[in-house]
Amino acid sequence: MDAIVKKRIKQVIKGDQDAFGEIVELYKNSIYQLCFRMLGNRHEAEDIAQEAFIRAYVNIKSFNQDLKFSTWLFRIATNLCIDRMRKKKPDHYLDAEVAGTDGLTMYSQIPSNTPLPETELESLELQETVQKEILKLPDKYRSAIVLKYMEELSLNEISEILDLPLGTVKTRIHRGREALRQQLRYV
Amino acid sequence: MCPEQIIELMHEYLDEEITPEHERTLREHLQSCKDCEALFNELKKTIAFVKSVSYMQAPDDFTANVLARLPKEKKKIWMQRWVKNHPMLAAASLFFILMMGSLFSTWNEDREFSVTKQKNLVVQNNTVIVPKGETVKGDVIVRNGKLKIEGEVQGDVTVINGEKYLASAGHVTGQIDEVNEVFDWIWYHIKKTTHDVVQIFEEQPETK
Repeated sequence: MDAIVKKRIKQVIKGDQDAFGEIVELYKNSIYQLCFRMLGNRHEAEDIAQEAFIRAYVNIKSFNQDLKFSTWLFRIATNLCIDRMRKKKPDHYLDAEVAGTDGLTMYSQIPSNTPLPETELESLELQETVQKEILKLPDKYRSAIVLKYMEELSLNEISEILDLPLGTVKTRIHRGREALRQQLRYV
Repeated sequence: MCPEQIIELMHEYLDEEITPEHERTLREHLQSCKDCEALFNELKKTIAFVKSVSYMQAPDDFTANVLARLPKEKKKIWMQRWVKNHPMLAAASLFFILMMGSLFSTWNEDREFSVTKQKNLVVQNNTVIVPKGETVKGDVIVRNGKLKIEGEVQGDVTVINGEKYLASAGHVTGQIDEVNEVFDWIWYHIKKTTHDVVQIFEEQPETK
């Protein structure tokens, strides 16, 4: 796969947008998931994930081809997410939490047509709980936890993506794990 | 409270970076300490929960939306891809463009008076005269000038971008052509090329 990606990147550098489309196809799910886990909102996640790919395209000439492309792409996306989290304004998206309710989103205000089977409902609840707890983590722990357990990247890759020493990454993951444990222990 | 160094070993274990020696210490401690065992299980459960959160898929039109937001592609690349996908068509159109180009340029550059060199042809200013009673052998081509035929031409006569007068006594054994418009000119060229090619093939057996 790395060889294909390298070849496509050479084509993209020449300006071939079809080749870039193939790169987007390869990484769109992981980048979208990263953004959603970091931001907790589908609209924002899609917007930021698209932005990450566009930045990668525009700056492709500054990408060092000896390095792993996915690391570089994850770095762009993570930085964009952290920027967005810092200047987050009050929003009115459907999956934003409704004020005064505990974790209810606008989606839950829309009546659903099909009743969910109980097991699916339970797993959905678990997913929502986990997502909610991840969103409560301070952003430096959140990015490390999402990259480690949702994107399943190695500690070395995470250290490259976050541009931090390995030891710092480990500390953040340890603290993130501990914070999540305290929230999720009774689930 | 669990001892700090045991919690550290738990994290080493969860990072999959624990040495066999440390792992033995951890396991021995967990068997003797219920608190630490509970904490360790909670940590493992937490990780399992976080990992279990289903894999997410980007919206269907994600790639199309990204591509639509990219800055405009360079013309060159678009051409290259088109050529790659339609090689025959590309070759044909390239040939056509070059041919048209060369024809137009010869038409445009070729504004000077010229005439085929033949015995008995008289040239006055830009007028070529086939004098009365004389016979010109071979094809006569006049460019950008007039042609007066008072005698006889044994061959074809072509006047490009000019005029011809055929006197009542004048006589041409071959065809008479007048070329004045670009398209006539192109048609003339195509006919000439075909004629030349045919002649080459016809001549070959004779040379043997």
